[in-house]
Amino acid sequence: MYYRLPKIEYFRPKTLEEAVGLLEKVEGSKVIAGGTDILVDAKTSRVRVKALVDIGSIAELRGIEDLGGAIRIGAATKLQELLESSAVSENLPLLRAAVESMASWQIRNMATVGGNLCNASPAADTAPPLLAYDAELVVVGPGGSRTVPITKFFTGYRATALGRAEILKEIIVRKAEWTGWNYIKLGRRDGFTLSIVAVAVLARVRNGTVEDVRIALNSVAPTPVRAYGAEEMLRGREVSRGALERAAREVMDEVSPIDDVRSTAWFRREMSYRLTLDALTKALGAE
Amino acid sequence: MRVAFNLNGRRVEVDVEPGEILLDTLRLRLDVRSVKRGCERGECGACTVLLDGRPVVSCLLLTAQVEGREVTTVEGLREDELFGELVDEFNKSFAVQCGYCAPAMVLTSYAFVKRVVEGRSRPSTSEILKAVEGNLCRCGTYPRVLRAISRVLERRLPGEPRR
Ligand SMILES: Cc1cc2nc3c(=O)[nH]c(=O)nc-3n(C[C@H](O)[C@H](O)[C@H](O)COP(=O)(O)OP(=O)(O)OC[C@H]3O[C@@H](n4cnc5c(N)ncnc54)[C@H](O)[C@@H]3O)c2cc1C
Ligand code: FES
Ligand code: FES
Repeated sequence: MYYRLPKIEYFRPKTLEEAVGLLEKVEGSKVIAGGTDILVDAKTSRVRVKALVDIGSIAELRGIEDLGGAIRIGAATKLQELLESSAVSENLPLLRAAVESMASWQIRNMATVGGNLCNASPAADTAPPLLAYDAELVVVGPGGSRTVPITKFFTGYRATALGRAEILKEIIVRKAEWTGWNYIKLGRRDGFTLSIVAVAVLARVRNGTVEDVRIALNSVAPTPVRAYGAEEMLRGREVSRGALERAAREVMDEVSPIDDVRSTAWFRREMSYRLTLDALTKALGAE
Repeated sequence: MRVAFNLNGRRVEVDVEPGEILLDTLRLRLDVRSVKRGCERGECGACTVLLDGRPVVSCLLLTAQVEGREVTTVEGLREDELFGELVDEFNKSFAVQCGYCAPAMVLTSYAFVKRVVEGRSRPSTSEILKAVEGNLCRCGTYPRVLRAISRVLERRLPGEPRR
């Protein structure tokens, strides 16, 4: 075998309180949900782990619920469950499109939505749609529970607003009237790949005027990001080719991509423009 | 630590390291050799097993995590009629070249076929290919895998409209 996991301890708490207690007490402990990021990181020594607290048996972290005015997604819900959920396809089609582009059937059967957010990779695919929906993240820790808007959750490269013994419990997305949406993910191949750039757009257009628009991207900055400047340029404006092009150009100035194994900073910036323009064209019905 | 789970319908109990992956437990402790070691990081699918009927990669799964659950490999499907039919079509379509990816490819295909047959919905070509995209085949047998799966579905879901 090529990789070997370090010597670790393993815990499988049944309740959230127990899990928080373990994270507080056991030195070097980390949460494991689906394991598809953390086990790769532990095998390659990218992350040091001494103990894993498995949250897979905590019932209240699982499942998707229609609360009437909002959709609640338990953090430990598998990506494949999101894909198969009618509550998601009916209310959160943008999130569904992003999940559909992720990994493979095997990985989606293991990976969780909370793991994707907490891992906080710049390339995380559930982040742009959830940023666009202005999702709220419910976090539980030793001090109790608090709500963090997702727009404040990513604090830096692979860093989040989570405290050491805090666990992401659930994701709440308020329902809203959107008239259009689009997720475009450009990778090195068509399927089963991380993005070079991905763009999520959510829009509400009435009588040719943009009432509201949200634009979010991944793989173009240390964290997944919203393009607030471009959104502001479109809000209240009439839909026109010129307006869309100006907004897409603004996105190029808002991103800060780097060169890495998947692409170059230059190409990412160009594609931020191109993909945003395409996504806006589709979502704003400007075709 | 001691872990108990069902392997191919039989209860097994093993002593494992807490940081041991299921792939190692299956190959090194339980002598299940159909489950192959490839990339060891979720990319190739050679180590696929079914966990409660759904395909997962055993290289990113701790054995401790499968406590109390049902693990299925091709060894456990010898008596299964649908599985036999699928393997037959894999053979007739020459969907196996070097064979390294084959047990995993057949497992994923089986899980997919079983699901769509039970749901009585005929998948499109792209849906079939998407189902097996997590199984890397260096010999490039995908068109033949597609043919094998399609033939089983034609027989099992005659007249069902394609989506
Ligand atoms: C082959 C392969 C392909 C992939 N393709 C994609 C892709 O296309 N797009 C994409 O975005 N990602 C992809 N990934 C990455 C990964 O699958 C996802 O990020 C996945 O959603 C992570 O979820 P998990 O449950 O497996 O996380 P884990 O590995 O269990 O955890 C990840 C991190 O989050 C922490 N964590 C997990 N849950 C919580 C919680 N509830 N509270 C607090 N902390 C928590 C863990 O401590 C760890 O640091 C891929 C991975 C592999 C191996
Ligand atoms: S060995 Fe598990 S996916 Fe490659
Ligand atoms: S048959 Fe050789 S890898 Fe698939």
